[in-house]
Amino acid sequence: MADPMKIRATLVGDSTEVRVLMSHEMETGQRKDAAGKTVPAWFIQSVTATHNGKTVLSAQWGPAVAKNPFLSFKFKGGAKGDKVQITWTDNRGEKRTDEATIG
Amino acid sequence: MITMLRAALAATAVALGGMLASPATYAQAGSAADEIEKYRQALQDGNPAELWEARGEDLWKKPGGPKNASLERCDLGRGPGVVKGAYAELPKFFADAGRVMDLETRLVWCRVNLQGMTEADARRSPFGSPERKSDNEALTAWITSESKGVAMAVSLDHPKMREAYDVGRAIFFFRGGPHDFACSTCHSEDGKRIRLQDLPNLTVKSGAQRGYTTWPAYRVSQGELRTFQWRLNDCFRQQRFPEIEFGSPASIALTTFLAYNANGAPFAAPAIKR
Repeated sequence: MADPMKIRATLVGDSTEVRVLMSHEMETGQRKDAAGKTVPAWFIQSVTATHNGKTVLSAQWGPAVAKNPFLSFKFKGGAKGDKVQITWTDNRGEKRTDEATIG
Repeated sequence: MITMLRAALAATAVALGGMLASPATYAQAGSAADEIEKYRQALQDGNPAELWEARGEDLWKKPGGPKNASLERCDLGRGPGVVKGAYAELPKFFADAGRVMDLETRLVWCRVNLQGMTEADARRSPFGSPERKSDNEALTAWITSESKGVAMAVSLDHPKMREAYDVGRAIFFFRGGPHDFACSTCHSEDGKRIRLQDLPNLTVKSGAQRGYTTWPAYRVSQGELRTFQWRLNDCFRQQRFPEIEFGSPASIALTTFLAYNANGAPFAAPAIKR
């Protein structure tokens, strides 16, 4: 099971700023191990963010995104106490969902 | 000639800094080091070290080891369980162990004495890799983060601390190995660097403060959080010295020398580095 994400969501004026740290190897599939064998690609493929159940961001990622990626975005609306939920799915089908409260 | 060199360095900084600023800004800014500093600032937000901190806090509170005990009663020098500000006073002489310890050695001690692990188990793989995450790195990340902003205050009042400082100082200036290197070869002059990394002059206060207070750090190039014991280990490797054993008296002495020299500066880690 993947480690939890670190999510911070803050209200700035009339929009919400969300900052997410994800724990993931993001293996490109280009690297070789000590034995010379290719390390298979393993990376986050899709990221979805929802606010009160409504999708506010949906992204398709590839192997060019860094290890332990950091994602920052803003969306209009949101109020203190609302929940923001982030989900990622990687190319092995592994999934992780975490939630934060807007502060 | 100097101008040309500067231009070359600035060009490298553009490549490193990516899209952080327009080329015009770089032309005015001059020093490559300034630009790298900007790059580091931009990385500061969203430092993956926080992932290690979160795991470390969990490990601290979760019961573990043969005794199924948590580390919450571990005395880091400010009393059992006190984590806030503890790192800024380490290394320290611990009467219960009868010797000077840095944080990472103290963690081994607590895992042996509180959790009932064997010394060998507690010392195993202190530095992690993608295949094998290190508990030491996670715990160290969390504990040091609890001293962020606290002024370094290492005391040499105990004679054993004074002794460790003197030994550490001697090691710092000791030349040896196939390259006849000492720590001081690279770290006792201003303005030295390896490739584009500035090397702090650890013999002056400001240099020691800048160097010591920014470890542990998330190493972007390795994708891992690295501790001060790791830093010393790698410095010894770079000097082609025999490997410095994890938690050895020599490593603690050297840490004591550097930590004491950093006294007064606010602790600023876990940081993020290239």
